[in-house]
Amino acid sequence: MSTTTTRGVARPASAQASPARPRRGLRGSSTFNFWLFTSPFLIGLTVFVYVPIGWSLWLSFFEARFTVTPSKFVGFDNYWQMLQDSKFTGSLVTFTVFAAFIVPATWALSLGLALLVNRLRFMKAFFRSVFFLPTACSYVAAALVWKMSMFSGVRFGLMNTILGWFGVENIAWLANPDPPWYWLVIVTLRLWLQAGFYMILFLAALQNIPPELYEAAAIDGAKPGWQTFRHITLPQLRATSTAVILLLVIAAYQAFDEFFNLLAKTTWGRPPLVELYYTALGESQDYGEGSAGAVILTLLILIVTLVQGKFLGFGRGDDK
Amino acid sequence: MTATVPPVAPVDKPRRVKRGSVIGNTGLYVSIGVAALLFLVPFYLIVRNALSTDPEITGENWKFFPTNPRWSNFTELFHDTTVDFGRSLFNSAVVAVLITVGTLLVCSLAGYGLARIPYRHANKIFYMVLGTLMVPPAVTFVPSFVLVSSLGWVDSYRGLVIPVLFSGFACFLFRQYFLGFPKELEEAARVDGLGYWGAYWRIVVPNSLNFFAAIATITFISGWNAFLWPLVIGQDPSAWTVQIALSSYMTNQVVNFHLIFMATAISILPLVFVFLFLQRWLVQGVAQTGIKG
Repeated sequence: MSTTTTRGVARPASAQASPARPRRGLRGSSTFNFWLFTSPFLIGLTVFVYVPIGWSLWLSFFEARFTVTPSKFVGFDNYWQMLQDSKFTGSLVTFTVFAAFIVPATWALSLGLALLVNRLRFMKAFFRSVFFLPTACSYVAAALVWKMSMFSGVRFGLMNTILGWFGVENIAWLANPDPPWYWLVIVTLRLWLQAGFYMILFLAALQNIPPELYEAAAIDGAKPGWQTFRHITLPQLRATSTAVILLLVIAAYQAFDEFFNLLAKTTWGRPPLVELYYTALGESQDYGEGSAGAVILTLLILIVTLVQGKFLGFGRGDDK
Repeated sequence: MTATVPPVAPVDKPRRVKRGSVIGNTGLYVSIGVAALLFLVPFYLIVRNALSTDPEITGENWKFFPTNPRWSNFTELFHDTTVDFGRSLFNSAVVAVLITVGTLLVCSLAGYGLARIPYRHANKIFYMVLGTLMVPPAVTFVPSFVLVSSLGWVDSYRGLVIPVLFSGFACFLFRQYFLGFPKELEEAARVDGLGYWGAYWRIVVPNSLNFFAAIATITFISGWNAFLWPLVIGQDPSAWTVQIALSSYMTNQVVNFHLIFMATAISILPLVFVFLFLQRWLVQGVAQTGIKG
């Protein structure tokens, strides 16, 4: 970078900042060192993050089928197309349904597990590991187990076997959108995979609640159990809870792996990213509309983040 | 559950509390035990199916566990020619290791520079880094793919690794960490005549290995488990990672259950290892970052 030109300016400043440092010419200049440390990252960030975002914005205003260097400017046409496209808006509905199930369910389960594990005297580490272990699985591996063994639509799937013991007919869990059993498959998968991860966050927060609060509550006559949970534990976990909910919503927006693998070749249950994948990289290779969809999705995530950030106060520093 | 403590009989107190807690404890351990068993069911299915024959898996009655566990499924998987699973395993290992090493190197240097080296525009640059956190990487896969394919990096390690190295989030975490690093240590190094670079490698990094290990485990896991980006980049089977190979099993015409589940078992084995033996750093990393991948 332009170290030689800025050197003269930076020198006095750095000399002020740390007078103990011996003067060692260019290599001692803090401007030179700043760029030495940060430029690999900043160059990469520019090329692989900022350029794609800019290019995508640009593409979204052009008719770009099968090409990434289009010439026909179409204004906001791609955006209107996407917003009128029932597939894309349908995928937003799919996401909303999904989030409505998965966010409260994961929140409740991970908090419940954390409360249980936190009360353990023996084998605490063991149980923590058991609930945390599913996080090691990829969504693809989990989808494979769910699709081909647990919720396999054939007779020898685990769920159908168990239902069979009670005389229930085989259920086509994924191959039939009506009734929409596939939601059960998808929600249980993500619940299993994520709960342990958020449990760790809740556990850390639980351990930070000062025990004096519980002692004070006991003196004031609060019964252990629901009352202390409602009036002490839950309010003390508020920061973590909001952070967890925000992370869950963002994660749900970006759901791709398990939907793509569980519902390959189906037309139902496509969340936004899967829809974008087929728009941009499928048969039509419509980069213009795909980019417009990505911009819309980014804006939506941004809005959700900012609205939630109001409650959260930006950042998770208060958990520590 | 526990009875109200009688104010006049303090001798009675410890026993009653203890009895209540024994009942409470049994209930606690029963409910947590049931939950744990449910959580382990998918792992049971993987192991059971991986060591069975296809007739045992698809048979009329549920077989709890194969009578003779077939360890030969392991060798059979690597001789299977429909999907080159060994190759995908190798690709995943290379990619996940390169991503981990690269992210640690690039993002820690930048984090240190932003945290510790005085520069007039450092704040503006930091906001530029923070801004990228607003745009989730999964959403930019379309333009990123466009860029990487015009560089000719499709189906290559370069394409799988380099674009994911520049994580604004990792850089942010390192910056926050280095802000809290004791300044005295660096000043001592400065007195000894080391520059920023020397102090960083000889003093700062060796004293931050715990934090590096925490970020490394998390990065490795998300690199190994990544699906969308390898799916977009790995179009030729020779560039498939493990996750893409697994995904292809689900849509293949031929279904060999025992091989598919053996592959699944092998694919999660490295991470189970990480979870069991590096859990200290992992838990620390999760608690510090609060986010995965």
